[in-house]
Amino acid sequence: MNYAINALTRSLNVFHLGGSACNNCDIEILDALTPRYDLERFGITLVGSIRHADVLLLSGVFNKKSAIRLKELVAQAPRPYLVIAIGGCPCTGLMFRDSYNWDRPAGEYVHIDAFIPGCPPKPEAIISGVVKLIGALRSGALVPGSLQEPSGAGELVPDAASVN
Amino acid sequence: MSGNTIFLEFLLFPGLLFTAVAGLLTSWVDRKVTALVQMRVGPPFLQPFYDIRKLFIKETCVPEDGAIGLFLLAPLIGFAGVTLASMILWRTLLDFEATFVGDLIVLIYLLILPALGVILGSFASRNPLASLGGSREIKLMIAYELPLVLAVLVPVIQANSIRLGDLLSGPAPAATLSGVLALLAGIACMQAKLTIVPFDMPEAETELSGGVFMEYSGPPLAMFKLTRAMMLFTMPVFLVVLFFGGAVSGPGWLPKLTGFLVWFLLVAVTIVLRNTTPRVRTDQAVRFFWGPVSLVAALAVILAWSGW
Repeated sequence: MNYAINALTRSLNVFHLGGSACNNCDIEILDALTPRYDLERFGITLVGSIRHADVLLLSGVFNKKSAIRLKELVAQAPRPYLVIAIGGCPCTGLMFRDSYNWDRPAGEYVHIDAFIPGCPPKPEAIISGVVKLIGALRSGALVPGSLQEPSGAGELVPDAASVN
Repeated sequence: MSGNTIFLEFLLFPGLLFTAVAGLLTSWVDRKVTALVQMRVGPPFLQPFYDIRKLFIKETCVPEDGAIGLFLLAPLIGFAGVTLASMILWRTLLDFEATFVGDLIVLIYLLILPALGVILGSFASRNPLASLGGSREIKLMIAYELPLVLAVLVPVIQANSIRLGDLLSGPAPAATLSGVLALLAGIACMQAKLTIVPFDMPEAETELSGGVFMEYSGPPLAMFKLTRAMMLFTMPVFLVVLFFGGAVSGPGWLPKLTGFLVWFLLVAVTIVLRNTTPRVRTDQAVRFFWGPVSLVAALAVILAWSGW
C-alpha cells in the first residue's frame, strides 16, 4: 500500500463547504459526526480552516457565482486532499439545473473523488460512501484527484467579469 | 558530563522522543476521556500518532505576502522550548544533583516559549483572523503569568531555594495551607497556558475557525500540534515537581506511584474542566486571573512567608 495514502486515510480532517445548500445535507453531515455514529473512531474530525483539511465535503448547488469560490477554496487546500460531493445537488444539479444561475455540475468545475447522491443521503450512506472511497484508495484502484495531473477541468470556471 | 550524553539526553530520553511520545499518549487520554464523557467510543490508541504522521506528508502552504521566514520558524521556537523544559524537569526528577542554581527561572522562561511561538506565527501569517487570535493569546498571557509566578513563589519560599533539586528533596508544599492555595491558582493558570477550554479564545473553532493556527498546514502544523501535546504532558509534571516535592522524590516505588497518580489527577482535572465549561471572553479571563486567582496566589505567598 502507498505510504502517503495509508497515512492520509487513517486521519481524515473534514472541511465542510456549503454551496448554497438547502441545509438538509448539512444536517445529515453533522449527524454523521454526532455520538451516535462517532466518526472519530476512524480518526475523522471536523476542522474550521481549509489549510487543515484533508477532505472537502461539497453540499448544495454550485452556481456561476459560488463556483468561483469553490475553485478558490479547492486551490487553497494542501495536497493531497480528497473532494467528496454530498447529495444530489453537486452531483447533477437536481431541480436547480434549469435555474438562470446554474451552469454545470460541480464535478465539471473541480475534480471530485466520490459522489454520494441522495436528497439528502442518510448518515449511513455518507459513511458507506467514505468507506468505499477509502477502500478504493488503499487498493490502488483510485488515485486522488489532487495527486493526478491537472485535466484542464478548472478552465471551465466562468471568470468573475462574465458573471457579474 | 560529555557533550555526547547531553545530545542524547536532548534527543532521546528525557528530551525530544520521550516527551513527544508521552505527550501524544496524554493527548490520546484527553480525547478518549472526552469521547467517554460524550458517550462515544472515541479514537483508536494510535490516533494522535496517525494525525502527526499524516501532517508530515501534506503540502506546506505559505501565505503569499506573510513573513515566510518567521512563519516557518515560529513552530520550532515553542517546540524547542517545551523539549528543553521537559528535559530539565526529568533530569531533576532522575537526579537532584544534576541541576544548576536558578533552573526554576530558566524553566518559567522556557514554558513561555510555546505561547510566544504561537503569537509570532499567527502574526507572521498575516491572516486577519489569525492576528485576532494572536492578540487574544497575548492578553491571555498577560493575564495568567502574574498569578503563575506568584504560585511558583510559594514552594520557593518554603524551600528557600530557586533550584529544582532543593524543591524536590524538601517536604511537599501541597501538605501546607499556602501550598494548597498556590496549587489551585497553578491549576487555573495551567488551563490557560495550555489554551484549552474555557481559555481557548486564541483558536476558538466556532468564531475564528482555527484562529492562530489558521494558515498553517503540513509539517509546521504538526510541530504546533506536537508542542501542544507535549505541553499537556509537561505542565502537570511541572506542577507535580513544584508542589509535591518530597512526596514524589523518595526512594522505592511508593513515591513514584504517588507522583504518577497526582500527575494523572491533574490531567484528569484539566480534561473534566475542558468538558464541563464554556469558553469565556478575553475580558472575563483577564478579570478572573487578575482578580480571584491573583488574590489567592498572593494570599498563599503571604501565608508561606509567615510559615503556614
